[in-house]
Amino acid sequence: MASAAMAAPPKKHPKSPKSSGSRPRIPTWAWALPPVAVLGLVFLYPLALVVQQSFQPDTGGTSLQPYADVLASPSFLEALRTTVWIAVAATVGALVLGFVLALVIAFVPFPGGKAVARFIDVFLSFPSFLITLALLFIYGTVGMANGLWTDVTGAAEGPFQFLTTPWGVLLAEITYFTPFVMRPLLAAFSGIDTAQLEVASSLGARPARIVRQVILPEARPALAAGGSLVLVLCLNEFGIVLFTGAKGVTTLPMLVYSKAILESDYPGACVVAVVNVLVSVGLYGLYRVVSRRAGA
Amino acid sequence: MLVHSRKGKWATWAVFFLLFLPLFALPLLVVLAASFATNWSSALPSGFTTGHYTAATRGASLQALTTSLVTAVTASLLALVVGTWAALAAHALKKRGRRVLDALFMLPVAVPSVVVGLAILVAFSQPPMLLNGTRWIVILAHTVLVTAFAHQSVSAALARLDPAYEQAAASLGARPSYVLWRVRLPLLLPTLTAAAGLCFALSMGELSATMMLYPPDWTPLPVQIYAASDRGALFTGSALAVVLMTTTVLVLFAVFRIRTKASYR
Repeated sequence: MASAAMAAPPKKHPKSPKSSGSRPRIPTWAWALPPVAVLGLVFLYPLALVVQQSFQPDTGGTSLQPYADVLASPSFLEALRTTVWIAVAATVGALVLGFVLALVIAFVPFPGGKAVARFIDVFLSFPSFLITLALLFIYGTVGMANGLWTDVTGAAEGPFQFLTTPWGVLLAEITYFTPFVMRPLLAAFSGIDTAQLEVASSLGARPARIVRQVILPEARPALAAGGSLVLVLCLNEFGIVLFTGAKGVTTLPMLVYSKAILESDYPGACVVAVVNVLVSVGLYGLYRVVSRRAGA
Repeated sequence: MLVHSRKGKWATWAVFFLLFLPLFALPLLVVLAASFATNWSSALPSGFTTGHYTAATRGASLQALTTSLVTAVTASLLALVVGTWAALAAHALKKRGRRVLDALFMLPVAVPSVVVGLAILVAFSQPPMLLNGTRWIVILAHTVLVTAFAHQSVSAALARLDPAYEQAAASLGARPSYVLWRVRLPLLLPTLTAAAGLCFALSMGELSATMMLYPPDWTPLPVQIYAASDRGALFTGSALAVVLMTTTVLVLFAVFRIRTKASYR
């Protein structure tokens, strides 16, 4: 890489600094203005409009009425509860599963481990709704698992009916988001000198103790980073819930979509959107504080 | 290394594959199998056909693929320009300004994509910026969503960049623009191509904001997949999904080739 810059010597001599010194210099901070202006126009200003519209009911004027209406509705409270518990459970599941799988790839290496790690990278580049689509074939009413069950037992229908419940969403989210935990963990594990493990092991430490006292302290920053990313992504997940197509599972992003697009209730959608952003940012902040306390 | 006995190793590997295969490999295999099947009512699919692919590569589906490609390429290039510019500008600032700028550009990740879609819908549905109903509103939303990732990759790479190269160039009399063009950007090239690949993949699979915004004549592939599976055409949906995955992987592979070439040049 060093040669990339140095191999090509400048063909003509750049002007000496003296000649350009007479021009007025643009201050450093001014270079930050164009991208910030673009971001403001296409992201911050629209976001401010959403907040503004959440205070403007269809009847006109400015009031807290939209908030009172939405916050009192049982469907909103149900969606809020569902969103938070699925996101927290999926984050915990992805952290545990990701830690175990990354541990095996890094420290109990097997032929093909590199290929598995590469597969994880590819997996990350696929959209989330593919998992739900696949689960429909595996656990759906006429899918693989139920088909196997009815073939073997002769029953009319199989026992796997959880796909349209929150558990189906949870399974899909854990599946999709575990690689997001594994990648930073694998990067962190590659920095651990295996001699440390050999020393600990030769001193009589059992694998569980090595994991707890040698590997876990090294892995904490990666776990914290992966966990916070997954928590936010789970709180904001939409594709998985949309593809599940279950009336019983409504999360906050789903509620924003159905209020805005299906019911054309824009003030209501904006209220849910504001609450959703606050919940995401709030839980993210809480998570960072807790994980910092825990020493990450 | 962690487990020394032969028996323990095999047990660990068995647990690993018992978790890994059903959770990660099976979903992709199932979608692939379903895209060639006419019927799936027992343990395995039945009736081999390539008809879903014939349907998936013509008419509305083919148009959805080109729509997705155009959207993803445009959004990635725009995001790369804005994200790189912001990262370079932030890098030149003092610690506090840098932190503010980085936080601002990471904000679209913390905000739900559906809300980003709603915000853009609200803001660009009224004059003077009337984009609603055109393809540009979709491209704009994708750009906003992926810029954060471009910015993050480039600023992480800038933090690792050895300042000795640019200092040497500047001490030899190179102007800042010359240093940027001939020293810093070439050094950043591997990161830039990797970031472009990431942005492209994210934009190809974007569904949440797109569902809020897409006009009838600009339906990207994920929307088409949703429409197919929503009306019960799961096999057609699978074929479209395989087309989406294959396209993404092929483009990523091409980008990866550029990256390896760039780093050995």
